[in-house]
This record gives sequence, C-alpha cells and structure tokens, in this order.
Amino acid sequence: AALKDGLRSQTSAALKEGRVTPTELCQRCLALIKSTKFLNAYITVAEESALKQAEESEERYKRGQPLGILDGIPVAVKDNFNTAGIETTCASNMLKGYISPYNATVVQKLLDQGAVLLGKTNLDEFAMGSGSTDGVFGPVRNPWSYSRQYKEKSVPKSHSKDKELNWVITGGSSGGSAAAVSSFTCFAALGSDTGGSTRNPAAHCGVVGLKPTYGLISRHGLIPLVNSMDVPGILTRCVDDAAVLLGSLAGHDPKDSTTVQDNFKPFELPNLTDVSKLSIGIPKEYHAPGLSSEILALWSKAADLFKNAGAKVVEVSLPHTRYSIVCYHVLCTAEVASNMARFDGLEYGHRSDRKESTESMYAATRREGFNDVVRGRILSGNYFLLKQNYEKYFVKAQKVRRLIANDFVKVFRSGVDILLTPTTLSDAAPYLEFIQEDNRTRSAQDDILTQAANMTGLPAINVPTALSERGLPVGLQFIGRSFQEKQLLTVAKWFEKQVQFPVIQLEEVKRHDNGVFQHQKSASFS
Amino acid sequence: LAPWVPVVGLEIHAQISSNSKLFSGSQVQFAAPPNSLVSFFDASLPGTLPVLNRRCVEAAVMTGLALNCSINKKSLFDRKHYFYADLPAGYQITQQRVPIAVNGSLSYSLCIDSKMSQMVTKTVRIKQIQLEQDSGKSLHDDTRSQTLVDLNRAGVGLMEVVMEPDMCCGEEAAAAVRELQLILQTLGSSQAVMAEGQLRVDANVSVHRPGEPYGVRTEVKNINSIRFLAKAVDYEIQRQIEELENGGTILNETRAFDSKLGCTVPMRDKEGKQDYRFMPEPNLPPLILYDAKSLPANMNHQQVINIDWIHERLPDLPSVKREKLVEQYGILPEHSFTLLNEDGLAEFYESVVKQTQMKPKKVIGWILNDLLSYLKQYSLTVKQSPVSSFLLADLLNLVEKKEISSSAAKRVLAELWKGEGKTPLEIVKEQKLELLQDQKELEQICQAVIDGQEKEVIMIVPG
Repeated sequence: AALKDGLRSQTSAALKEGRVTPTELCQRCLALIKSTKFLNAYITVAEESALKQAEESEERYKRGQPLGILDGIPVAVKDNFNTAGIETTCASNMLKGYISPYNATVVQKLLDQGAVLLGKTNLDEFAMGSGSTDGVFGPVRNPWSYSRQYKEKSVPKSHSKDKELNWVITGGSSGGSAAAVSSFTCFAALGSDTGGSTRNPAAHCGVVGLKPTYGLISRHGLIPLVNSMDVPGILTRCVDDAAVLLGSLAGHDPKDSTTVQDNFKPFELPNLTDVSKLSIGIPKEYHAPGLSSEILALWSKAADLFKNAGAKVVEVSLPHTRYSIVCYHVLCTAEVASNMARFDGLEYGHRSDRKESTESMYAATRREGFNDVVRGRILSGNYFLLKQNYEKYFVKAQKVRRLIANDFVKVFRSGVDILLTPTTLSDAAPYLEFIQEDNRTRSAQDDILTQAANMTGLPAINVPTALSERGLPVGLQFIGRSFQEKQLLTVAKWFEKQVQFPVIQLEEVKRHDNGVFQHQKSASFS
Repeated sequence: LAPWVPVVGLEIHAQISSNSKLFSGSQVQFAAPPNSLVSFFDASLPGTLPVLNRRCVEAAVMTGLALNCSINKKSLFDRKHYFYADLPAGYQITQQRVPIAVNGSLSYSLCIDSKMSQMVTKTVRIKQIQLEQDSGKSLHDDTRSQTLVDLNRAGVGLMEVVMEPDMCCGEEAAAAVRELQLILQTLGSSQAVMAEGQLRVDANVSVHRPGEPYGVRTEVKNINSIRFLAKAVDYEIQRQIEELENGGTILNETRAFDSKLGCTVPMRDKEGKQDYRFMPEPNLPPLILYDAKSLPANMNHQQVINIDWIHERLPDLPSVKREKLVEQYGILPEHSFTLLNEDGLAEFYESVVKQTQMKPKKVIGWILNDLLSYLKQYSLTVKQSPVSSFLLADLLNLVEKKEISSSAAKRVLAELWKGEGKTPLEIVKEQKLELLQDQKELEQICQAVIDGQEKEVIMIVPG
C-alpha cells in the first residue's frame, strides 16, 4: 500500500487484508526517516521499540484481532510529550538525556490502540517559536524545499551551494511533526498548539493540522507552555485521518482536571454534498497587515467556492482582534515564567557544576539549560507578575481575553456556523530570511491569525489549499464552535475534496514507495 | 505613662489527616524512609498535573463549620512562587484570592488563678481557612556543604488557619491553640500533634500605647510546642517593650524562637521583602461546593460535596462535650475542662463512674487529684496508666462501702501504681487497712491509746 494512503480508507483495510504487514509499514517508514535525515524532523528514532510494537501488531492481525483502525499504524510524537523509556528533550539543553518514567495520556492511548511509535519529533525549544528553528538540535527543514514543485519554481542559481541554502522553514513550533507527516515518514503525528503551533507548520508543510477544543483532549504528560491555552494537536494528510485520531484521543481524563466530564463519542465524517444550510463567516480583521496578496486571493476564492455551492457567506467582525497579540504575550510569558520555575536542576534534567550555593547553582543551571527565547519570556513573565504590575498587565490581559472570546460568541450566536480565515500571512520563508528577525518578532507576526483560537479555546483546523507561486503549500483555516469538531471537520472535509491539494513530489519517497502513485488532479487554485 | 498593649495574632498550619496528598495519590505517613512517598507530581516532573483530593476538601469544610466560618461555595487556587530546595515546582499551590472558609470564631477558656478554680471564656476571630500544599524537608549538612532534601512531605494537604490579633499574651495564644488542637482531633480533620509537625504555629506580635495605632509587628517562627508558644510570645512582647522604652524601633522582621535560650532571634533567611508573584493555578478549575438548596437534582453525589450533609454529621465539639459532662455528672466547668484537656481522661472518668457506686461528684476528685497527679509525676498518658478504670472503680467501691477510709485508699492506690497485678482487696488485706466496724473493738483500742498517754490526757481534759 502506498505510504500516501489515508488510514480509514486504504491503509487500515490493507493491513486487515494482509496486503501489507505492520512490520513492512514500520520498516519502510524507518528507512524513509533515514534517507530524509537532512530534514532534521526527528530528534529520537525509537527503532527497536517500534519494530517490536509492529511485530506485536502483526500477531494481532494474524489472529484476526486488531485493536482498531490505528493498530500497526506508524505515528510520531512531538518531543514535548512524555514517553516512558524514550528520551523527552523539548529540544532544550535542560532536558537533554531526560528519560521520563511515564507516558502522556495521549501517547498511552495511541499505544493502547496498537499504534507504532516511530520516534520524537523536533520543535522550537519548549515549543516557543513559529519556525522550528530555535531548538538545540537545529532547525527543521520543510520537505517541500526538496519537492519537484518548489525546485521547478525557484530561480536557478549558478552555485550549487546556494541551492543547499535555499531551503524553507516548516513553521512552528511543531515543525518536526508536520515535516514527518508531509514527507510520509509516518501516517499521523502529535503536535501541540498554544498560539498556532500545529496549524502554522501544517499550513507551511501542506498537511492537515487540527487544534481541538480546549478541554477535549488530555494534557497530562504534555510539558506545558501555557496551561490555559495548550492543547495536543493532530497532524495528518487528510481530514478523515484527523477525525480518526481525534476519536482515539478525546475524552475525559481524571489525571487532567481541565478536561470536560462529558462522554465523547468518536464519529465518522459524513460526505457532505449540500452546503446550502451552512453559514460561513469571513472576519474582516483577519485581512491583517502583511497578508500576502496571494493568500488574500486564495481566501477570496475559497469564499466564492462556498458561495457558488449555495452556502451563505457573510462578512463578520471580531473587533478585538488587534489586541490579541499583546494580550497573548502577557498571559503567555506569565505562565511560562511560572511553568519553568520547576527547572532548577535538583530533581531531574541539567544541573550546573556550580556548587558555591544553591542560588548560584539554580542561576547557572537555568542560564545553561535555557536558550535566549525561553529566558526572555521568563523575565517578561516575572515582570508582569510582580505585585505592583499584576493588575496593570495580567488582570488587564485576562479582561481583554474575555472580550476577544465574546467577539466569537457574538458572531456564532448571530447564525454563523464556521469562520474561514487564512492560516499564515504568506508561504514558508527561506530559513536565511526567517532568521533575520528574532523569535519574538517572528512569533508576534506569525501568530496573529491563529492565536485567537487558543485564547478562546475554540477548535480550528488548517486545510492545505493550493500551491503558491513559489510552489509551496498554502493553507486556509476553519474555526468552529466549542466542542463542535464534527461540524468543523465535516466542512473541512468538503473543502478538502473541492480543492484537491496536490501530492508532494519527493525523490526520496518515490524510491521507497513501490505502490502506484495516486495522481491527484492539480488543485483548481494554482 | 500608660502601660503597653500587646497584640498577638496567629497563623496555624494543620496537616490534614488523609490517606493521600492534596493533589496527588502518594501516601501520607510520618517518619517513612526519605523520598519513599513521592509521586511524579510531587517531584514536579514536567507534564504532571494536580488532581484535588476530596477528603482534604471535606476536612477543611468540617473545620470551617466547627469554627463558625462561612464556607465559600466557590473558592480558587493560586500559585505562590519562590525558589527553595524543598519546593520542587518553584511554587506552592495555595488559596490566596478566595479561600475555602472565612469569618469564623473560636472560644477558649482560661484559668484566672493558678488553682484552676475560676475560668473565663475568651473569643478569637478566625480570619480564614485556606487549603495549601506542604513543602518537603531540607536538612543542612554543613560538614559536607550539602543540603539533603526529603520530599515525603511535599504536597501533603495543609489547612492554614489565620487567627486575628485578638489575643494579648502567651497564655491566651496557648489556650487558643490548645482548643483548636482539641477541635481538630475531635473532628479527625488533623491529628494536630505538634511534635510530629502536624500542627505548626507562627505568632505575629506587636505592642502599642492605648489609643494609638498598632505597632510594627514581628513574626515568630520555629515554635515546637504549646508551652514554647506561650514563652515565645511573652518573651517577644517583653523584648519589644524594652526596645521601645529604650528609644529603639521594632523591625518588621521574622524571628525564630530559640527554646534552649528562651528567646527570639532574627532569622537571616529572609533578606528583603519577597514578591511571590501570585498567579491563578490554571490547572485547577474553581472549587464549587453545594448545600441542600443549591445541589442540582441530577448531580452524581460521588462528584460533589454537600456542606449541609457534612454539617449534620459533625461530632460534638469539645465545648459541647464539656457542657454535657457538667450537666450529666454535676461536676464543675473547671473539672470538665481538665477532663478534656488530657487525652483519654474524660473516657476514663466516665468508665469509672459506670463501674462504681461512688457519686460522680466524688469520683472526679480521685481522677483529677490522685490519678492525674500520678500520671503527671511519671509522665504517662492515660492510655499508659497501670491502674485501669476497673481497678480504680473497684477501689472506690471499697471506700463507698466504708470498708476502708479515704486515706487508706490513697495508700492502696500508691501500691496499685506499681502495677504488680494485685487487686485493691488483696492490698487492703496485706496492709491491714480495713476499717474497723466493731464498736467494742474500737473502744478497746481507744482506751489502750488513752491509757498509754497519761501526760497528754491530763493536758487535754479540762482543768
């Protein structure tokens, strides 16, 4: 079976029928990981344990007792999720070599359903960043940098050296997971999403990136950035697969007091044909400064697509959008300062050699363990939490957060079902260009379209839409009502079918994939 | 010049008596091997989350109700940040904004004179009760320049009880804490044994001239017993008065009580004011409690706490028990105070009363004067008494039946104290302590005495 196949439709069936075995799938993925090592998508590859899991899965299939759709399916997990026995680093010196004694709930759920854990993917250090460029293991390269589509469109350079440095970023902070899914080394990956960290790289890497409603999926074992905004994110190659993953992960976890108690029923997505009852909202404030004309045009075309299919498309307003970056910055840094306080070198992780006093040991440990970005946010956060500043910044930001959330409530109450917005301001930037500005500047720019969903807890999804003029993926974002993932994904699936986003043409994948190529029609957009 | 007015407030931390910790499932146990009761959450492993322990909430509600507080139906959790080796997360989870209980009161009794013959009742206002995590323990090993950290205690549930500065001296502070201790032990919400660190008291002390605003206060820590509490408070009051009378000023500082020297000394740990950077705890939703009125019909009763349900099931508090003893047995309030003040003594007394014909009003004397003084002399608890209630009742019956005199009974008791297994009757026979009932025999003995003392008889017989 092609590595490109969807889970529910093809790969799962192939496994059941014995056309491919879990061990074969696992070995192919591991081999592909090796030959795409230059992408730097993986921090740790758990080859031995993965093969063992694959063997066990194979036994189950032989007995005719697979655990479910995910049995035998190779997956990857962002390196800020705890995995027992496998290093969890958060791409930081602070946790290099840290082997957690427990599995995050979402990891445990995947394993319990027979998924094969290939390894841990690369990210910005402690998930702080929008490029996956600021981790201690180096930046992640967008697989599309090596695609035929991109190479065809890029200006031919005389020096081969330049070609090497022409690669583009994945976006972040779940860049490794997005690259892993995009380059077919796994069928699905877990990311995390605090300000857009799953949707942003999904858009740049041409994959589906789902941010579920806050409280739907357990955060137990996800090393937190901002506890009140973090969610585990799902990265897949198609919307149906995202629904499968969601079904296997969602639900109350007694270990996470912020998960909702309601029973969650996994669902299959209907094939929507009639969108006439749908009301799509276009928030005018998302025509943000810096939005490329290309993406603006694409957004407009998408709106027309819905209109022409009979849906009601209305312009709406989310007036407090322009305050969200600043608000996010205050609340995020404050929680970061608090969450990072536990990294003192005493119980686990890096410990400095300084011995003069406990204080000097703490200070040196934290200076050595954290990069500039993390330390910068800690300092800012502590400033905002000082007694004399608390009301002015933290409490104020919470109030603004409430106003932003109310904007969405009003819009949804007025009859709009789903919001349609761009996910990013432009397609993926070349690495060399991206690093010209610092992390804080980039984050502030790149998060603008995605972080409102984190502030409000609403579900949102990136659907790959078309290729840009440079041959790179561009995605569009749908934002839904709280806990209405079924509706959100149903609409996303309909849209996905309409746009027919092209398959990435990667040399490495061609070599490994003996199956017939799924020639998909080029997207009517590009 | 008018005398100084001392003002004393207290912050009391009571360890909640529960099987597991406030936010994690690890066990609560005194003196376990170091770091043997530490869950991933207690060790602050990244990615772990707090889960609130129901039993701890119930303990706090019970305590709040017993102290006449309003229970807040919605209370919140916060993070209090500071760096210390025994605080793995770098912050403590506490209730700073809205605690679980507020605005209560505690009544306690004091003896006016040393003979315990007159008692007066005082009241102290309870500002609030909050739930919070205990920290671990750190031991400084100066010889090897290292600190040893034991996290067994990290995360154990605490109730912090804040008493307003309504007390005026060491005796009042001690009496208030003693009463709180009895209440907690009666409720079972805390075992409140100071020696095991289950009850910790910090005193806030200041003095001022009458009519003037409160003076600068100091905080006194490291008080390990109720007796030391009284000493520490009185010493600090004296120290402040002397300082001010000599023209000095009082620093708003933290001082430690040195029990060996009997004085308070400045603590060098806290340099400058700490900003704890309080922030709401984002991983715990607000704590919602219900009462009979507000309880939703379809709510799963396992999932909620009903304040009224807890109220109905509160045991008799010490003050109620004392009144009942006075009513039932006709003893004095001072007597019942002492009975309850000694662990197990009230039960012992009631047990003796049941087994003897002697009136309760008479039995009390034997319990408080004889039994208790023996126990004190040998530093024994009631449970450790070699004289059981059965034995004592047996002895008292002999007195009641006039088979022996009171003074003879005291000698028998002294013998019983040796714990040699003899019955009162056996001792009486051994020491020939029986009262003579035969009139003729008595006359003979008396005549013999008189005959043998001619000189004295002449002096006594009027002439």
